This record gives sequence, structure tokens and C-alpha cells, in this order.
Amino acid sequence: MIIDDLTRRPGEWLSGTGPLSDIVISSRIRLARNIAGFPFLTKANANQRAELQRILRENIEQLKLDEPVYYVDVERITDLDRRILVERHLISRQHAEGQGSRGVAIGSRETVALMVNEEDHLRTQVLRSGLQLDELWREVDRIDEMLSARIEFAFHKRYGYLTACPTNVGTGIRVSVMLHLPALRMTGEMERVIRAARDMRLAVRGLYGEGTEAAGDFFQVSNQTSLGRSEEDIVNEFKHIVIPKIVDYEQQARQALLREKMVALDDKIWRAYGLLTTARTMSSDETLALLSHIRMGVHLGRIDRMSMGLINELFIHTQPAHLQKLCGEMLDGEQRSITRADYIRKRLAGEN
Amino acid sequence: MNCQRCKKNTATVHLTDIVKNEKREKHLCDQCAAEEGITIKTHTPINQILSHFVLQQAGAQELAGLTCENCGTTFVEFRNSGLLGCPNDYDAFEKALVPLLERAHGEGATHHVGKVPKGRTADSDQRQREIMRLRRELNQAVEREDYETAANLRDQIKAVERHDH
Repeated sequence: MIIDDLTRRPGEWLSGTGPLSDIVISSRIRLARNIAGFPFLTKANANQRAELQRILRENIEQLKLDEPVYYVDVERITDLDRRILVERHLISRQHAEGQGSRGVAIGSRETVALMVNEEDHLRTQVLRSGLQLDELWREVDRIDEMLSARIEFAFHKRYGYLTACPTNVGTGIRVSVMLHLPALRMTGEMERVIRAARDMRLAVRGLYGEGTEAAGDFFQVSNQTSLGRSEEDIVNEFKHIVIPKIVDYEQQARQALLREKMVALDDKIWRAYGLLTTARTMSSDETLALLSHIRMGVHLGRIDRMSMGLINELFIHTQPAHLQKLCGEMLDGEQRSITRADYIRKRLAGEN
Repeated sequence: MNCQRCKKNTATVHLTDIVKNEKREKHLCDQCAAEEGITIKTHTPINQILSHFVLQQAGAQELAGLTCENCGTTFVEFRNSGLLGCPNDYDAFEKALVPLLERAHGEGATHHVGKVPKGRTADSDQRQREIMRLRRELNQAVEREDYETAANLRDQIKAVERHDH
């Protein structure tokens, strides 16, 4: 089954490649769409939800995409599998915890995921490693065009594409970029970046998007406005203004640390390595914080004991649902901490 | 902690500045922060915009009484959940939505700019309303197990839906 296959490797979006990948982990674009004639999901009954899923599933399965697409019936899979999909950023927490007929179509390389019956009837998402917004926009637009030729989406002459929540109406677009900003956090400048981003009507969130706090040094920046500006305008603002600016701040902060606090920086990085190679219990928050230091250390050439591939693999595999799936049993919090520490030590010993 | 500037109000704005490698912390109250030109725009979730802004306008009473004739969603339901019930709500709640959209998307942002579905014609909005009506009737027919009417309505929906599909 597809979820078992996915679990064993990190997703394409975590390959650590692509432009600016020392700071930009991944980029994502999603389009929110609803089928004309149907109520939104708050007012759709079980029959209508099932009908919506049937229409969308049939049409998605007939699309000619670059990679094979598998449809996962989210209502029917286990809770653990739902959490695996959340940890891989293929579905939202809201979708995992939702009720009734719903699903997701996942591309085999995990660069495309179409959520069916989440907050809107359809949310087409594309994601890639590093900063690749033009490519993503072309791809999501192409998928949207192909679907539009088969399904009529709710559209209003004044408000554009109609969505269940008026915050998404118009283009229905959300551009999100996941950033790794350890130096800005260390120098205490992150607060200012968040403030500046909010002044530009951007949201700054944690690893898993809506409703999550920023976890450690990872931040997701996304647009809050979808009406009154074109898709290209929104994408270009990210590509040419927002992201280059934040990346530049982070690079300056990293250079400042190297110039003025090199020993303290090396100490943080090597302590992180020491803990990962020797600790007997390890929470997921601590793992994330330590891997963050090592990731920066590798990019700054301060440590070469871990490859980027291994760091990315550990990011994914040490999350609670992945850990349990890999070891094949359900674990409570304390057992997970022990299993996680064991897993990390073994993988690090294997690499050296 | 009291504001460093006026020393009276509680500090609500906390800033860290690095100037010439020196870390300087600032703790100010909202008023002094504003006077120093520090702007703070918090992002209000839509429900808050709704209850604090839209409903404080003149005519709030009238808004609270709005109901969508297609899906039966009331404005109060929308206010509580932040979610609309069907495409027709955009017309049914238009009075309340325009100020809300400007608040959420920026001043003047009340019209769509961006891609338009191919094959859209002048009567598309009208046709989408027609399909919505037929689908509502279809749903009611299915619920009362009137399968003959349901089959009839399905044929009508097929006839109205865009032909290039």
C-alpha cells in the first residue's frame, strides 16, 4: 500500500535540493476550488459529500500527470496512517481529524497532493524542495486547467473562485515557503522578521501550517490575501521580495555568528552532534532543535559528520507517527523517546 | 513590567534590537510604541473581524437577520463558524461581506483579479445558480426517496451543465 512505501523514504520536498536550499526547505502552492451547484461542505450531507468525492476522484484519476497518482480514502485508513500523511505535509491536520467522506490523491514523488472534501471540495497542492515558485505555479495552473476542462468550479463575476471561508476567495491561492532560520533565532532578530512579515499581510506559522506554533527554527511564511491581486502578483512578491529579504537577513546573521561567535556556534553544533550520538532518550522537539543546529553547521562547513540526506531522513523518520510505523508497534511518549534515541544512534553509527 | 518610556502603562510591545553588536531590549506600551513609529498589526482571525467589526456597523441588527435562501445558512451561523454554506451566501450576505473582504484582503480588494475559467460566458453566473437550484431539488428528492423525480432532475442537471465537459 502506498503509505507503507512512502514511510520508508523522505519526501521529494525534503530532498534538500533546489535554489537557496540552505535556508529554504520547501515551497508549496495550493488552489482552493469548489464544484459549481453544490453547497460548501458545512452544508453538504453524507450523500452530497460522497457524490463530491466520487466526481473529484474519477476526474483526478483520469488526469495525465507527470507521476502516477494514488487515491487514498482518508476516511477508511487508520489513524496512524492519517498522521503519517500529516507528518509528510500531504494533508492538513484538519483533514486528518475531519469526519465523513474525504480523501487525498498523492503523486508517487509526493510533489502533488489533491485534498478532497477538506474545508473546500478540492485543494490542489504542489510542493517542491527549495525555492521553486515559478515551476510550482506553472504546474498547479496546468493541473487546474485540466480539471477545469472536466469540472465546472464555482466562480462569481465579482468575487472570483468561491470558497467556504471568505479569506480564500478570489484566486483561492496560498503560497507557503518553509524556512530554516536558526541564526535569526539565536541573535534574537526573529521577532522583528515576524513583525515585518505581518505588516505585509503575511502569516508566519509553524511546521505544519495553520494553527501550529513555530517549532524550533522552522517557519512557514504564507500570503493572507487572495482577492484583488493576480496569482502571478502574489507569486512574484514572494519570489522577488519576501523570500530574498528573509534569506538575506538569515545569511547576514549566519555570517555575523561566524565572525563574532564562532566558538559558541561550533559548541552548539558539536554538542548537538554529541547528544544525537549518545543520548538514551530524545523527544521530538529536542531532535528538531539538534538537527536544526547540525543542518546549519553542515551548510556553514563547520561539521561534516552527517550528510544532508541523513539529516533529512531523520527529520521525517523521528516524528511520532513515522517512528511507530517503522518499528511496527504503538508506543507511548516515554517508549517513543527511547526508540527515537536508539534509532538516531544506529543511523549515525551506520553512517560513520 | 512597566513601559520604559512613559513608566506608567504596562509594557505590551517587546523588541530586541542589535545595534553595533550590542543587544538592546525595548519594552513599551501600545501608545508609546505607536508614538515611536512602531506599528503592530495583529492578524485577526475572521470570526473576530466579524464580531468586532462587521457587527458594530450601523445595521448590525439587519445583518443578523440575513438567511441564505439556497442553503439556509444564517448570518449568525457564519459569524460563529467563519464558514459559508454555499456559493449563494456571497450574494445573500453581500452587505456584510464587502467590508469584511476589505478588512481581510486589504483596502479596495473587493473584486477578483486573476485567472478566469476558460469557456466562461456572460450567462455563466446565471447557469451556476440554475445548477444550484436543481441540485438542491435533487437532494430533497433523494432524501424523501422520490427516485423518479431524482432521475428527472439528474437529466436536467446534465442538460444545463457546460457542454464542453
